[in-house]
Amino acid sequence: MGETDAIHASAAAAAAGKVRPLLALSGIEKSFPGVKALRGVEFTLHPGEVHALMGENGAGKSTLMKIITGVYQPDAGEMKVDGQSVSVPDPRAAQALGISIIHQELFLMNHLTAAQNIFIGREPRRGFGFFVDEGKMRADAAALFARMKVDIDPDVEVGTLTVARQQLVEIAKALSFNSRVLIMDEPTSALNETEVEHLFAIIEDLKRQGVGIVYITHKMDEVKRIADRVTIMRDGQYIDTLPAATTDMATIISLMVGRELADSTRAEGRAGEDVVLSVKGLNRGKVIRNVSFALKRGEILGFAGLMGAGRTEVARAIFGADPIDGGEIEIHGRREVIASPREAVRLGLAYLSEDRKHFGLVTGMSVGDNITMASWPRFLKGGFFMDDGRMRAASRDYVERLRVKTPSIFQETKLLSGGNQQKVVIAKWLLRDCDILIFDEPTRGIDIGAKAEIYRLLQGLADQGKAIIVISSELPEVLRLSHRILVMCEGRITGELDGRTATQESIMHLATLRQPIAAE
Amino acid sequence: MTDAALSQAGAKRNGIFSTAALQKGVAFVVLVALLAFFSVFTENFAAWNNMVNIMQATAVNGVLGVAVTFVIISGGIDLAVGTMMTMTAVTAGLVLTNAGLPLPFGILGAVASGAMMGGASGSIIAKLKIPPFIATLGMMQISRGLALVFSGAKPIYFNSTPSYKYLSPESSISLLVPGLEIPNGVFIMFGIAILASILLNRSLFGRYVFALGSNEEAARLSGVNVDFWKIVTYALSGAICGIAGLLISSRLNSAQPALGLGYELDAIAAVVIGGTSLSGGRGTILGTIIGAFIMSVLTNGLRIMGVQEEWKIVVTGVIIIVAVFVDIMLRRRA
Repeated sequence: MGETDAIHASAAAAAAGKVRPLLALSGIEKSFPGVKALRGVEFTLHPGEVHALMGENGAGKSTLMKIITGVYQPDAGEMKVDGQSVSVPDPRAAQALGISIIHQELFLMNHLTAAQNIFIGREPRRGFGFFVDEGKMRADAAALFARMKVDIDPDVEVGTLTVARQQLVEIAKALSFNSRVLIMDEPTSALNETEVEHLFAIIEDLKRQGVGIVYITHKMDEVKRIADRVTIMRDGQYIDTLPAATTDMATIISLMVGRELADSTRAEGRAGEDVVLSVKGLNRGKVIRNVSFALKRGEILGFAGLMGAGRTEVARAIFGADPIDGGEIEIHGRREVIASPREAVRLGLAYLSEDRKHFGLVTGMSVGDNITMASWPRFLKGGFFMDDGRMRAASRDYVERLRVKTPSIFQETKLLSGGNQQKVVIAKWLLRDCDILIFDEPTRGIDIGAKAEIYRLLQGLADQGKAIIVISSELPEVLRLSHRILVMCEGRITGELDGRTATQESIMHLATLRQPIAAE
Repeated sequence: MTDAALSQAGAKRNGIFSTAALQKGVAFVVLVALLAFFSVFTENFAAWNNMVNIMQATAVNGVLGVAVTFVIISGGIDLAVGTMMTMTAVTAGLVLTNAGLPLPFGILGAVASGAMMGGASGSIIAKLKIPPFIATLGMMQISRGLALVFSGAKPIYFNSTPSYKYLSPESSISLLVPGLEIPNGVFIMFGIAILASILLNRSLFGRYVFALGSNEEAARLSGVNVDFWKIVTYALSGAICGIAGLLISSRLNSAQPALGLGYELDAIAAVVIGGTSLSGGRGTILGTIIGAFIMSVLTNGLRIMGVQEEWKIVVTGVIIIVAVFVDIMLRRRA
């Protein structure tokens, strides 16, 4: 089947006024031993359409995508491409049908060039197929980038590109397969605002070229921005397909969670008066410039800003994970030099990284081991042996207190959902008696229902007198949680807002407040 | 939800149901099968004397295996265990024969020199951020060279310390139970294994070894002194090599400076056959001991069968690959 012919055909059909769906799934069923993963799922995608797919984690979005891309076989149901019933026995067959997926985590080889990555496994050859035709490969890659209107050098090593540009390489790769169906799984999760804008422009362009895009996201505003229709799934079931423009967010959320969510609340309670953490004149190269602030007992202090504004860097510097060039840190009124995370922990500081899998958890170890990990030296008996009994009791206690959903404390942590993993990390620090908690993107990768629970948990901790810093790129999250909001831009604090009166607009204004620097 | 149920049944506590334990079970089955095979197909294999031979032959590799098990679980590798062993034996020779000090000083010298070399490897890895493979490759040459330099490239005999042979070939237990001629070295191996097992599974240090091998950065951000525990891990590995050095030199009644190269690969093979993951975070001491036994049973059995000695090396190679393959299959299923 010639892909180009098919594109012309669908364009012709569109012109004739009867748009035949590019992709149509009906009555899709899929079971795994003991679980009904999908029940009667419907999904259609038209040429030139962005169709958002929404649902909480575990709603069946990924399973559905795996069926479309040939990773799984459905138990029942029909899949049609261009009106023709097809079976997709494996990912290669999906590719041949013009279906490509761009995963949330990119699959690129960092040490190869952009062009090499795009054509990996199907390099153009010359010299009796013995040599790679580098020239053609480069030219083809350049043509793809030109089609997308991006200026990426085909010869650049992919590892040196930003995540946003790596993603563009992935998109170019998908296009090189003449893909007509492009599945994007949370493509903006690692992008800053400008990069998101750029991506949206490219998506608009692809739409005009007749590419159908399945857009998986948790972000409501994105759906509003670029989607034509939105399909909502819940617990493996197809719920509804609605026009994106005329459906309000509350409706979508309530369909996703199966209940109404009043989510516009603001931080309650009052911060205490005594300052527990005070930072003065913190500097580190160009990423942290003269940052000063104070954190009070019982306070949730939000750090807002665009990606790369330096929020994470400030947190890591305070925590002793990165060296600093200068600045004073006082904890409970005492001047401290924090040279390593070990000292930070000793002083009662905890840093909960946005990347739980790499920095927060030892995912291969049990829930119990992870909860107790930062406190192991306290569980010695006779100065040498680990007191397993006490450790088990302590972990069970925290599993119960934070309502971690796990079959037991012996469960491997990697098998827990994102929300429950986050609770395990929180438990680890609470057990360690940390009273200054720095949360970096506390709800990344956590579904909406669990998010609300994490929010309540954080508010509860503040009410108990813990001092909390929340770094978040989701403005509604910052607004909902923070008593006070500090906004950063290019390494410096550009303003402070009251959590009760701040708005998304006032934050964004400060977040883009760049300062020209005379000396540079 | 089947996932949850499955993993609950196989809940991991470095314990009896872990995948490492499963693999260890596989290694154990292989060992029993080999024992049965050789017992049936040869006349002399199952003789008690031969069993003692096998145990005696396992002692050194078993102890070296234990040393490197710690390092491998911590996510590293130690290529220097064989040559560090040689250097510790030479140290014992220098202390006992050349300096004429009593036996305890020789033991102390061997263990301390091992700990120092291991500690040096660990410091290079932790502080200079040199990959373990490179750092210990360097230490392998350093210790080999030092052993040759300090011994003058000649064996050092322990004739002036008659009690030295009690470390390995002599059997103290036969004095208590006449006829039970199990050499002391075998008991020392089992003793080291038991102590190591307790250290690995019950102590704070052991927890950190697993945590380092599973996710070093997470451990660091949890306030663990990663550098310190890494150095301790390599130093311990070196110290245990000192025990192996005592065993081998006691058995040969001499410190042989040219010996040692190649022992590290046998030790790593024992560890891998025993189900310890080379990517770190998973493993057992018992598995390593079983792995070491599999290797010496093979050598011994094939020799008795009259198979050319070199075939044993081929078979060991095959077993390493099969063991790791079985491990991968088991983990995929779990």
